[in-house]
Amino acid sequence: MKAALFIPCYVDALFPEVGIATLELLERLGVEVEYPLDQTCCGQPMANNGCERDAAKTEALFARNFAGYDYIVTPSGSCTHHVRENLTAIPQTATVQRVRRSTYELVEFLHDVLEVREFPWAEFRHTVGLHVGCASLRALRLAKASEVNEPAFSKPMALLSAVKGIKFASPKRPDECCGFGGTFSVFEEPVSAKMGYDKVADHESAGAEYIVSGDMSCLMHQKGCAERMGSKVGFIHIAQVLNGARR
Amino acid sequence: MTRRIDHSEAASRFIKAKDHAEFHDRRLWDLRGKRDRESAALPEWEELRTLASGIKDHALTHLAEYLEEFERNAIANGATVHWARDAAEHNQVVHGILAARGAKVLVKSKSMLTDECDMRPYLEARGIEVMETDLGERIQQLDGEPPSHIVVPAVHKLRGDVARVFSEKIGTDPAKSDVHYLAESQRGHTRPYFLEADAGMTGANFAIAETGTIVVCTNEGNADLSVHLPKLYIASVGIEKVIPKVEHLGVFVRMLSRSALGSPITQLTSHFRRPRPGQEMHIVLVDNGRMERLGMADFWYSLKCIRCGACMNTCPVYRRSGGLSYGATYSGPIGVIIDPTFNLRKFSSLPFASTLNGSCTNVCPVRINIHEQIYKWRQVIAGRSQLPIVKQEAMRAAGKVLASPKLYRAATEAATTSLSVMPRAVAYNPLNAWGRQRELPGAPKYTFRQWYLKNRAKSSSRTPPRGDGPGSKSK
Repeated sequence: MKAALFIPCYVDALFPEVGIATLELLERLGVEVEYPLDQTCCGQPMANNGCERDAAKTEALFARNFAGYDYIVTPSGSCTHHVRENLTAIPQTATVQRVRRSTYELVEFLHDVLEVREFPWAEFRHTVGLHVGCASLRALRLAKASEVNEPAFSKPMALLSAVKGIKFASPKRPDECCGFGGTFSVFEEPVSAKMGYDKVADHESAGAEYIVSGDMSCLMHQKGCAERMGSKVGFIHIAQVLNGARR
Repeated sequence: MTRRIDHSEAASRFIKAKDHAEFHDRRLWDLRGKRDRESAALPEWEELRTLASGIKDHALTHLAEYLEEFERNAIANGATVHWARDAAEHNQVVHGILAARGAKVLVKSKSMLTDECDMRPYLEARGIEVMETDLGERIQQLDGEPPSHIVVPAVHKLRGDVARVFSEKIGTDPAKSDVHYLAESQRGHTRPYFLEADAGMTGANFAIAETGTIVVCTNEGNADLSVHLPKLYIASVGIEKVIPKVEHLGVFVRMLSRSALGSPITQLTSHFRRPRPGQEMHIVLVDNGRMERLGMADFWYSLKCIRCGACMNTCPVYRRSGGLSYGATYSGPIGVIIDPTFNLRKFSSLPFASTLNGSCTNVCPVRINIHEQIYKWRQVIAGRSQLPIVKQEAMRAAGKVLASPKLYRAATEAATTSLSVMPRAVAYNPLNAWGRQRELPGAPKYTFRQWYLKNRAKSSSRTPPRGDGPGSKSK
């Protein structure tokens, strides 16, 4: 199987190790991965601020870079959500529509498309708190949201449960938003930081040594809060854990 | 020009009052938890939401017919029906009714609509004393503040605050902040008003077209006293409150209090249908921007709202910023999508007081796509040039860099020795807000792309099929 890899701008620039883990993990699982070299971003930062017009050229570039692939995989729930639901600043040609339909967040690609349930190389002997970002949770529906009345399920949990030695700690508010929210984090800094502090404290008091998430942007924010709080909690992307990272 | 509400600044002040902020968050999260438990007890909950949404859809798309049916039936029941185009007309109508009968004292139960219309100051300026009889609403009235929550108006106050307000305004013992004492004192203070009042007033949770009935859901019994004791009863009703039939009411009544407070039903569900002998009953049907909203393709769904407040209770931003930080009658997620219809510029920061987490949409008993409407409002606000200049410029700059592989690479790859560009692009702000309470991520030695070229350089990676002008060529 062939898939294109989309590494979101902030992962490319700030967390290359998450991109590397995603690539290696897909390769381990036998996927032929192509990384279009002219990729930048999906357009979400501008569009989420209401500036769809400023997002149009970036969206067009995204569509050109990823045209023709059956699968476009990215280690980011919020970027996947943008591509799928809100990449609408450009004309919706058949090509654009196909790109939007073919874009998958990493966990759902592993869980639903590849249907992987075993990661024999993975071992993480720590107690972790799982953070499912809001776009992953409520838009991509990777897990049951606590406020929805339906049978429980969690795709990231299903994958992580296969990791040797891993233990889980349940925070009191398992899917409360951590307060990143893109530019919300700076334009609503007081609320954003309060939410981040509360999130880290909740995980910490539940006994988590690491917070694991498929969304690096949430982790960037929480890590920034945790360091300022003097917290010892560590942060790691789910791709790294599933790819066999040890800590 | 109207001043823009600065939600972030107001929220900052709210958070600084630590005890208040923590209590507020805990109290409302507790309501969310109760709502979860109560709703989970009904296996058909999600189906009920769909049903409720469908009934509202139908009523709103046949609004004129149902309003006229309601009017016919209300008149047949012996009520007088008035129509008010806007807040000013509503206040004039209400004052006209009161003045014509020489009414000096009005007792009323909670109504967001009368707050929306700013009715109290209008009447008070014309010599009419208005007594709020709902406990929370009364606390807010005495303290000179608007309600901070549509269901629990004084939820941002601790009992010590209430003790202070009551001691100053109704003479309670300032040292006593026992909740029973405070509630009992308010009750004792309010009772004589019910007996003396010339007129009573309620809002409406529902207006039933087929019977011409006003339905009011309360927990304190104050609405019933307001209606039944005085000789004159006035109901202020937003036109979106009309539902076709009594049988539809059951769907909403099962959801309203479960969503709002996590209780199966309100203590009282009162049907006010006709005046008792010797009493006059007036119903004021108010538009005040609702018809205009109904014509907005992306936003008319907000009219389905039954004012349960569940979206506020679940909203992590609302819980941590308090209702007053929104500077509007309606706060929280539902406020964020309604307020801009009243004044786009004034409320232009509100749709940005959200992380777009979507929990509001999931708890909404009538399935309003709240967070999607928040996203759409952002497009409207930016499209009408109502963004702060700093954000507008940052987005334009980001859009330019991210649309060009060449500029993007220059920005990301040059930055590895100093601070990377992304936090700067994202955190572009003269006050560098990111770092105030958070550490910045460290700058890695290489970008993913650089690593990839070094470690996976092979022919399989391709360039785009078509050229893209400057910056489109891979290196």
